Amino acid sequence: MNYRLLYFASLADRAGCAAESVESQATDPATLYAEIAPRHGFTFAPTRLRVAVGGRIVDWTHTLNDGDEIVFLPPVSGG
Amino acid sequence: MNRFRLSAGAIDGLAEKARLDDAGAGACVVFEGWVRNHNEGRAVHRLDYQAFAALALSEGECILDEAIGRFELRAATAVHRTGSLAIGDMAVWVGVSAGHRGAAFDACRWIIDEIKRRVPIWKNEHYADGESGWLHPDNSPLDCVR
Repeated sequence: MNYRLLYFASLADRAGCAAESVESQATDPATLYAEIAPRHGFTFAPTRLRVAVGGRIVDWTHTLNDGDEIVFLPPVSGG
Repeated sequence: MNRFRLSAGAIDGLAEKARLDDAGAGACVVFEGWVRNHNEGRAVHRLDYQAFAALALSEGECILDEAIGRFELRAATAVHRTGSLAIGDMAVWVGVSAGHRGAAFDACRWIIDEIKRRVPIWKNEHYADGESGWLHPDNSPLDCVR
Protein backbone atom coordinates (compact mmCIF):
# COMPACT_ATOMS: atom_id res chain seq x y z
CA MET A 1 0.00 0.00 0.00
CA ASN A 2 1.01 3.59 -0.49
CA TYR A 3 1.02 6.00 2.43
CA ARG A 4 1.71 9.73 2.70
CA LEU A 5 3.86 10.53 5.75
CA LEU A 6 4.26 14.02 7.23
CA TYR A 7 7.12 14.84 9.58
CA PHE A 8 7.41 17.62 12.14
CA ALA A 9 10.08 19.09 14.41
CA SER A 10 13.04 16.80 15.12
CA LEU A 11 11.53 13.96 13.06
CA ALA A 12 11.50 16.24 10.00
CA ASP A 13 15.14 17.16 10.68
CA ARG A 14 16.12 13.50 10.96
CA ALA A 15 14.14 12.47 7.87
CA GLY A 16 15.52 15.42 5.93
CA CYS A 17 12.05 16.19 4.58
CA ALA A 18 8.61 17.35 5.72
CA ALA A 19 6.72 14.68 3.77
CA GLU A 20 7.27 11.54 1.74
CA SER A 21 5.31 8.76 0.06
CA VAL A 22 6.06 5.29 1.36
CA GLU A 23 5.26 1.94 -0.21
CA SER A 24 4.72 -0.61 2.56
CA GLN A 25 3.03 -3.87 3.46
CA ALA A 26 2.38 -2.55 6.98
CA THR A 27 -1.32 -2.36 7.87
CA ASP A 28 -1.02 -0.57 11.21
CA PRO A 29 0.99 2.43 12.48
CA ALA A 30 3.11 0.35 14.88
CA THR A 31 4.45 -1.85 12.06
CA LEU A 32 4.93 1.13 9.77
CA TYR A 33 6.91 3.05 12.41
CA ALA A 34 9.12 0.02 13.05
CA GLU A 35 9.88 0.00 9.31
CA ILE A 36 10.69 3.65 8.82
CA ALA A 37 12.36 4.48 12.17
CA PRO A 38 15.67 2.71 11.42
CA ARG A 39 15.76 4.09 7.88
CA HIS A 40 15.55 7.68 9.16
CA GLY A 41 17.42 7.18 12.43
CA PHE A 42 14.35 7.98 14.55
CA THR A 43 15.26 7.25 18.18
CA PHE A 44 11.86 7.85 19.81
CA ALA A 45 10.27 4.73 21.23
CA PRO A 46 6.65 4.48 20.06
CA THR A 47 5.56 4.94 23.68
CA ARG A 48 6.80 8.54 23.46
CA LEU A 49 4.93 9.33 20.23
CA ARG A 50 1.31 9.77 19.25
CA VAL A 51 0.06 8.87 15.81
CA ALA A 52 -2.49 10.68 13.63
CA VAL A 53 -4.19 9.29 10.53
CA GLY A 54 -6.15 11.66 8.32
CA GLY A 55 -5.71 14.44 10.88
CA ARG A 56 -7.12 12.44 13.82
CA ILE A 57 -5.31 10.81 16.71
CA VAL A 58 -5.60 7.02 16.49
CA ASP A 59 -4.08 4.14 18.41
CA TRP A 60 -1.10 2.13 17.21
CA THR A 61 -3.23 -0.82 16.11
CA HIS A 62 -5.51 1.31 13.88
CA THR A 63 -6.05 -0.36 10.48
CA LEU A 64 -4.41 1.65 7.70
CA ASN A 65 -5.90 2.12 4.24
CA ASP A 66 -4.17 2.77 0.95
CA GLY A 67 -3.55 6.49 0.52
CA ASP A 68 -3.75 7.36 4.24
CA GLU A 69 -1.90 10.44 5.50
CA ILE A 70 0.02 9.42 8.61
CA VAL A 71 1.86 11.57 11.14
CA PHE A 72 4.03 10.34 14.01
CA LEU A 73 3.85 13.13 16.60
CA PRO A 74 6.82 13.72 18.88
CA PRO A 75 6.13 15.21 22.35
CA VAL A 76 4.74 18.71 21.84
CA SER A 77 6.25 21.98 23.10
CA GLY A 78 3.82 24.78 22.29
CA GLY A 79 2.84 27.55 24.68
CA MET B 1 -15.73 31.97 13.94
CA ASN B 2 -13.29 29.44 15.30
CA ARG B 3 -12.34 29.85 18.94
CA PHE B 4 -8.81 28.47 18.50
CA ARG B 5 -6.60 29.88 15.78
CA LEU B 6 -3.02 29.77 14.56
CA SER B 7 -1.38 33.02 13.49
CA ALA B 8 1.69 33.49 11.30
CA GLY B 9 1.79 37.18 12.29
CA ALA B 10 1.84 39.16 15.55
CA ILE B 11 -1.09 38.55 17.92
CA ASP B 12 -3.29 41.59 18.67
CA GLY B 13 -4.34 41.03 22.30
CA LEU B 14 -6.89 43.87 22.32
CA ALA B 15 -8.66 42.54 19.24
CA GLU B 16 -8.74 39.08 20.79
CA LYS B 17 -10.17 40.40 24.04
CA ALA B 18 -13.07 42.04 22.19
CA ARG B 19 -14.20 38.52 21.20
CA LEU B 20 -14.91 37.76 24.87
CA ASP B 21 -17.54 40.51 25.30
CA ASP B 22 -20.68 39.20 26.98
CA ALA B 23 -23.21 41.17 29.04
CA GLY B 24 -23.48 38.27 31.47
CA ALA B 25 -19.74 38.19 32.20
CA GLY B 26 -18.45 39.57 35.50
CA ALA B 27 -14.85 38.49 35.01
CA CYS B 28 -12.26 38.28 32.25
CA VAL B 29 -8.89 36.58 32.64
CA VAL B 30 -6.20 36.71 29.95
CA PHE B 31 -2.93 34.80 29.74
CA GLU B 32 -0.14 35.94 27.42
CA GLY B 33 2.85 33.65 26.85
CA TRP B 34 5.97 35.59 25.87
CA VAL B 35 9.28 34.50 24.37
CA ARG B 36 11.95 34.79 27.08
CA ASN B 37 15.68 35.16 26.58
CA HIS B 38 16.72 32.00 28.43
CA ASN B 39 15.68 28.39 28.97
CA GLU B 40 17.24 25.69 31.15
CA GLY B 41 20.26 27.89 31.79
CA ARG B 42 20.95 28.70 28.13
CA ALA B 43 20.69 32.12 26.49
CA VAL B 44 17.97 32.04 23.82
CA HIS B 45 18.36 34.25 20.77
CA ARG B 46 15.01 33.57 19.03
CA LEU B 47 12.69 30.65 18.36
CA ASP B 48 10.49 29.05 15.73
CA TYR B 49 7.12 27.39 16.22
CA GLN B 50 5.96 24.68 13.85
CA ALA B 51 2.39 23.34 13.91
CA PHE B 52 0.59 20.37 12.42
CA ALA B 53 -2.16 22.82 11.51
CA ALA B 54 -5.10 20.51 10.77
CA LEU B 55 -4.81 18.65 14.06
CA ALA B 56 -3.72 21.72 16.08
CA LEU B 57 -6.90 23.55 15.08
CA SER B 58 -9.22 20.66 15.89
CA GLU B 59 -7.43 19.82 19.15
CA GLY B 60 -7.42 23.49 20.23
CA GLU B 61 -11.12 23.78 19.44
CA CYS B 62 -11.82 20.67 21.54
CA ILE B 63 -9.96 22.15 24.50
CA LEU B 64 -11.92 25.41 24.38
CA ASP B 65 -15.25 23.62 23.94
CA GLU B 66 -14.43 21.41 26.89
CA ALA B 67 -13.39 24.43 29.02
CA ILE B 68 -16.64 26.26 28.30
CA GLY B 69 -18.65 23.30 29.58
CA ARG B 70 -16.40 22.41 32.47
CA PHE B 71 -16.06 25.94 33.92
CA GLU B 72 -19.38 27.47 32.78
CA LEU B 73 -17.64 30.18 30.73
CA ARG B 74 -19.41 32.89 28.73
CA ALA B 75 -16.64 32.82 26.11
CA ALA B 76 -13.15 31.43 25.51
CA THR B 77 -10.65 32.02 22.71
CA ALA B 78 -6.98 31.30 22.10
CA VAL B 79 -4.37 32.07 19.44
CA HIS B 80 -0.97 30.45 19.01
CA ARG B 81 1.86 31.82 16.88
CA THR B 82 3.68 29.91 14.21
CA GLY B 83 6.91 30.86 12.45
CA SER B 84 9.87 32.85 13.70
CA LEU B 85 9.58 34.83 16.95
CA ALA B 86 11.94 37.28 18.68
CA ILE B 87 12.53 37.76 22.41
CA GLY B 88 9.50 39.51 23.94
CA ASP B 89 7.06 38.46 21.19
CA MET B 90 3.73 37.02 22.25
CA ALA B 91 3.74 33.29 21.53
CA VAL B 92 0.27 32.44 22.78
CA TRP B 93 -2.81 34.33 23.95
CA VAL B 94 -5.63 32.74 25.97
CA GLY B 95 -8.70 34.65 27.17
CA VAL B 96 -11.90 33.68 28.95
CA SER B 97 -14.95 35.49 30.29
CA ALA B 98 -17.20 34.07 32.99
CA GLY B 99 -19.86 35.07 35.47
CA HIS B 100 -17.36 35.11 38.32
CA ARG B 101 -13.60 35.40 38.77
CA GLY B 102 -13.00 31.95 40.25
CA ALA B 103 -14.14 30.13 37.15
CA ALA B 104 -12.29 32.59 34.91
CA PHE B 105 -8.93 32.12 36.68
CA ASP B 106 -9.31 28.34 36.87
CA ALA B 107 -10.37 28.01 33.23
CA CYS B 108 -7.59 30.18 31.85
CA ARG B 109 -4.97 28.15 33.70
CA TRP B 110 -6.54 24.87 32.61
CA ILE B 111 -6.69 25.92 28.95
CA ILE B 112 -3.03 26.95 28.67
CA ASP B 113 -1.96 23.76 30.44
CA GLU B 114 -4.02 21.64 28.03
CA ILE B 115 -2.67 23.54 25.00
CA LYS B 116 0.88 22.84 26.15
CA ARG B 117 0.07 19.19 26.77
CA ARG B 118 -2.02 18.29 23.72
CA VAL B 119 -1.85 20.68 20.77
CA PRO B 120 0.66 19.56 18.09
CA ILE B 121 2.94 22.61 18.06
CA TRP B 122 6.71 22.40 18.49
CA LYS B 123 9.28 24.95 19.61
CA ASN B 124 12.74 25.19 18.09
CA GLU B 125 15.02 27.30 20.28
CA HIS B 126 17.95 29.08 18.70
CA TYR B 127 20.66 29.65 21.30
CA ALA B 128 23.18 32.45 21.61
CA ASP B 129 26.02 29.97 20.98
CA GLY B 130 24.65 29.12 17.51
CA GLU B 131 23.09 25.76 18.36
CA SER B 132 19.39 25.09 17.94
CA GLY B 133 17.11 22.31 19.05
CA TRP B 134 13.52 21.16 19.00
CA LEU B 135 12.04 20.86 22.46
CA HIS B 136 10.36 17.54 23.15
CA PRO B 137 9.41 17.61 26.83
CA ASP B 138 9.09 14.68 29.23
CA ASN B 139 12.82 14.59 29.77
CA SER B 140 13.90 13.61 26.29
CA PRO B 141 17.28 15.02 25.29
CA LEU B 142 17.28 17.89 22.83
CA ASP B 143 17.83 16.81 19.26
CA CYS B 144 20.44 19.47 18.57
CA VAL B 145 21.82 20.57 15.25
CA ARG B 146 24.51 23.17 14.77
